[in-house]
Order: sequence, then C-alpha cells, then structure tokens
Amino acid sequence: MVSLTYWSPIALIIALLVLLAITFIFRSRGEERYKKGTAQTQIFLAGEEPPEPEKRHVRAHHMYWGFFQALKRYYEPTINAHTGIVNDYLIWFTSLAALTALIVFVAGLL
Amino acid sequence: MDSLVTHSSILAIAIPLLAAFLTPLISRTGDKARNLLVIAALAFAEFLVIILARDIYLNGVHIYTLGAMSPDLTIPENYMIPIRIILEVDAMSVFMGIITTTVSLAAAIYSIPFLKEETGGDRFYTLLLLLTVGMLGLVFTGDMFNFFIFLEILSISGAALAAFRTRRADATEGGFKYIVISAVSALVVLFAVGILYAEYNLLNIAALAQVIQYTPLDKIALALLVVALVMKLAGVPLHMWAPDTYSVAPAGTTPMIYIASLACLYGLFRVCFTLYGVTLNVGTVGWMVIGIGVLSMFVGVTMAVHQSDLKRLMAYHAISQSGYMLLGIGVGLAVLANPQALASYGREAISGGIFHIINNAMYKGLLFLTAEALFFRLGTRDLNKMGGMCRNMKYTAIFFIIGALAISGIPPFNGFTSKLMIYESVYRFSPILAVIAMLVSVITLASFTKAFQSAFTGPALPQHKEVREVPKPMLIGMGILTVIIIFFSLFPSLVVDTIVTPATDALIDQAGYISAVMGGA
Repeated sequence: MVSLTYWSPIALIIALLVLLAITFIFRSRGEERYKKGTAQTQIFLAGEEPPEPEKRHVRAHHMYWGFFQALKRYYEPTINAHTGIVNDYLIWFTSLAALTALIVFVAGLL
Repeated sequence: MDSLVTHSSILAIAIPLLAAFLTPLISRTGDKARNLLVIAALAFAEFLVIILARDIYLNGVHIYTLGAMSPDLTIPENYMIPIRIILEVDAMSVFMGIITTTVSLAAAIYSIPFLKEETGGDRFYTLLLLLTVGMLGLVFTGDMFNFFIFLEILSISGAALAAFRTRRADATEGGFKYIVISAVSALVVLFAVGILYAEYNLLNIAALAQVIQYTPLDKIALALLVVALVMKLAGVPLHMWAPDTYSVAPAGTTPMIYIASLACLYGLFRVCFTLYGVTLNVGTVGWMVIGIGVLSMFVGVTMAVHQSDLKRLMAYHAISQSGYMLLGIGVGLAVLANPQALASYGREAISGGIFHIINNAMYKGLLFLTAEALFFRLGTRDLNKMGGMCRNMKYTAIFFIIGALAISGIPPFNGFTSKLMIYESVYRFSPILAVIAMLVSVITLASFTKAFQSAFTGPALPQHKEVREVPKPMLIGMGILTVIIIFFSLFPSLVVDTIVTPATDALIDQAGYISAVMGGA
C-alpha cells in the first residue's frame, strides 16, 4: 500500500493541535478593549440599518449563482435530461444496453 | 463455537429472515418486544458475520452447501458439477456482509422514534429485515440463479420501504420508480443467467467461471449483466431513479437502499472479476467501467451542488461517490491481464475502490441519517426553508460536519485516505482521470458547504425556534456510524491490512474462488 506508508492521521492531528495552541496564544494577546454585544460588534452596512436577523441568512438557491451561470451550457441540457419520467429511464437503459453490446462485440473483432 | 462458525453464513441470512416473519406476530405483544426482536436479530447477524470474517481471514474461502451431508461437500457423489445451492463467502463477500449488517443495525435503532409517530411498524421492520436478507444473500451466494432471487428480495422490500409513507405522493412515486427499474434489471439478469445456463448447463459461479469461453452468447450475457447492475447501482446515465427514491425513503431506510445499490456494485465486480475474469476483454470492459465511473462522479456532483432539496443533494452525492469506486476498481480491471501494471498500481487502485465502498457506506449512511433527522424535526427537505439549526440540533450538526468532511476527502478523515489511494494509483494509469477525481472532490466540498451553511448556520428562523434535538435512538444510530468513521480515520492502515487487502486479493483471485468449489475437478 504505497499511499499509506507516508500518511499518518495521528501526526496530522498533533500538528493541528499545535497550530491551534499557537493560534490561541496569539488570540489571547489580542485587543483587550473588545466588548461583546456593544456597537463594536454591530454589522455596518454603509450606514444603512441591517435587516432583521432571519432576513440576513443567505438561502441555498442564492449560493454559487455565478458558477451556475458560467456553466449554463452544461447545466441546461443536463437538467433537461432528468425528466423524472420512468419511460425515459428505460430508454436510457435500452440505449446503454445496445451500446455496451456493440462495444463488447466490436472490441472482440479488433 | 465451531458449529456456529460452520453454519454462520446460512444463519446470518436465516435469522433475519425468521425475524422478518416473526415481527408481525411479536408486534401484537407490544412495540418494545418488536423493537427488541429486530435489534437482537440484526445484532446476532452482525456477530455471525464477524465470526465468519475471522474464519475466512484465518482459513480462506468459506463454503456452505445446502442439503448436503456435509456443508463442504460441493459436488455430490457420481456428479461432475455442483448442483446444490452453495453459499461461497470469500474476503470480498464478507467485507460487504460487514457493511450490510452494520448499517442495517444502525438504521433499525435510528428508526425507533420515527415509528412511534407512524402506523405499520411491524410491516416496516419486516421489510427492513427482508432488505437485509436480500443484501446478505446477494453477497454470499455462489450461484447465479440465487443471485437473481436475492436481487428480487432486496428490490421488492426496498421499493416497499421507499413507498412506506404512502400518504405522500412523492413517496409512492419514488417506490414505483424503484420497483420498475428493479423489475426490469432483475428480468435482464434472469435472461443473462438463462443464456449462461442454456450454454453451459451450469448455474454455479465457480463452475461457470471454470468453463466460460467468451463466446458471442457470453458477450451478450455480459452486456446484459453489466447494464442491469449499472442501473441498480445508479451509475450515470442510468442514475435518474436514485434521487427520486433515496429522497423519499423514510427514517433509516435511505442508507439501506443505498447499501443495496452497493451490493449490486459488488455484483458487477463479481461478474467481471470472478465469473468472466481474464477471459473477457479486460481492457475494453475496464475502460467501460472507468467511463461510467467518471461520468457518475462528474454528473453526480455537478447535479448535487445545484440542488435545494437536502436529500436529493445527498442522493446525487451517493451517485458521485459510486463513481470513485467504479474508477478505482475499473482501473484494476483494465490492467488485470497485465501482471506488471496490476502489481505496480492496479492492485492499489482496487484497494482504494474497495476501501471507498466501506468508507462511503459509513459517512454517506450518516449523512442520509442527518438529513432525515432534519426532516423529522422540521418537516421539510428544502434547504431554502432551513437555517440556524446549529443551536437547536447540536449533535446532529456535529454528525453532519463529520460526515461532510469525510465525504469531501478532507484529512484526516477516512474519505481522504481512500481517495488518496485512488488518486495515486489512477494517476499512474491516466493523469487526467486523477485530476477529474480531485476536481469532483472540490465540488463535493462546495456542495456540503452550501448544505451546512443553509441548514445549520445563520439566525434561527422564527418558525423553527422551538425545534429540539432528535430523540436518543436516532442519535445512537448516527453515533454508531460516527464512531466507525472516526476509527477508520485514525487507523486507516489497520483497516486496510485487516479487511481491505484480503478483499482485494479475493476479488483478483479467480482461481482460488473456482477451486474452493470445484477442487481439482
């Protein structure tokens, strides 16, 4: 097993714990005037009032919008192929069966 | 104890089967007695599989001939061929058996609170036990006809479980789609078995493997078996039923239906490596398996990241993860006839694929359970209607994080280890395939970041402020899988050396599989 000769999860966890400890030390030396729950921690939106907490949550359908736009030419036909109709599933099945048989036979002739 | 070991393979199937038919009777005395019976039966089946595994690792392939004077009497006197039903369990079969019983046990415990709010608990557990029987039978059987029989058992019980919440239209639809594709696949498998039987007058896999010649009829049988099993394991482009079915299956049954798909993946590998072996054109069939694997990985993950329904998102990830297994084991198959390449990277590719099966069964099972936990409390699968659940469902959130990091291949989790084995070995076969596999892993992480952000972070939504953590049995079900994930993450070498490498060797060793039944015949 080539991969597992140099991979040690325990060593990685120890390294992560050391990093965590260093981070904690840096953090404990941070700004002492910080006060939780005061204006210091309020959201600042160019002077505008921030929306209600439940309206601030970014919903799933808003995420990766740019990614989907960029790949529109891939997503449109792919999503359209997922019709949800059982007849279509069986057409795919029959087509793949024919293609598989063809490949197996043609490869046998070569 | 020796007697228990000797009969362990058949008992592991028979005890859940007996419990399945006892469940409706015991249910009349109360739900607690029923739950106890189901969990005891599955725990005992797990125990039997573990002692069977120990026996196989020490003594080699386990054979059990039904109806013979002695279980190891595979060929009756005055006969040249095996005619009885034979269970042939090697390290690969028992590897799948361990997965099946572990996930079934976790799913049964998890389902207890769900059934308190539903009617028909006796039928639910009967079906759950029958699904376990179907999966165990499928991976333990040594003949093609019983392979078909157990495929039917798991398909019918799986479809009935998917449609269990009959008041929901989508559940009925999901169950209907599953039974249609399962019935078609099973009929095609039966047709292929018929071709082989007509040609060789044999049904036993080892006996068939000894004489199979890769004639035009064998090629037709191969094409039919491959396509039918790809349909059942939800490989692209025959995957479209999976999101419809996985997303509606209730409580702990989604991981079980997924494991049933992995059992069919095992069936595909058994057909390619053991039944046909090097007689088939391994390069062509290996590349076909790789092609389906790469398509499954890519289409699965890109469709997953687009979903807003949490269980559909996870269903597409299940398809994507199956692609990794097909890729790893496909590479091994493609170089099966080349001993140098097989030793250099092919064997490791197969090991990576096999290790990914068990890793995926655990973390994908866990993720399906967390999704069902959210549905249990919130009554919706729509990520757009969730938020802030980190506060209300702390333990579920922790389980979700562990599952999500593992599936995304983040070190030190177990998903990383098996993916690393696949990347390294596949890179030596074809660098572009390894690059695609890594890209898919990145998109997987993006997809689970979206799911976690939508469901668990942010402010609590007003309609969910009163939501509480799920009941203890559900946490125990998720906890069992989490403990296994953490163990596999911390000690990957131990797992690989103990159960993965023997499974790899068993899958490659066609001669060993044949001689266990045929002896010197």
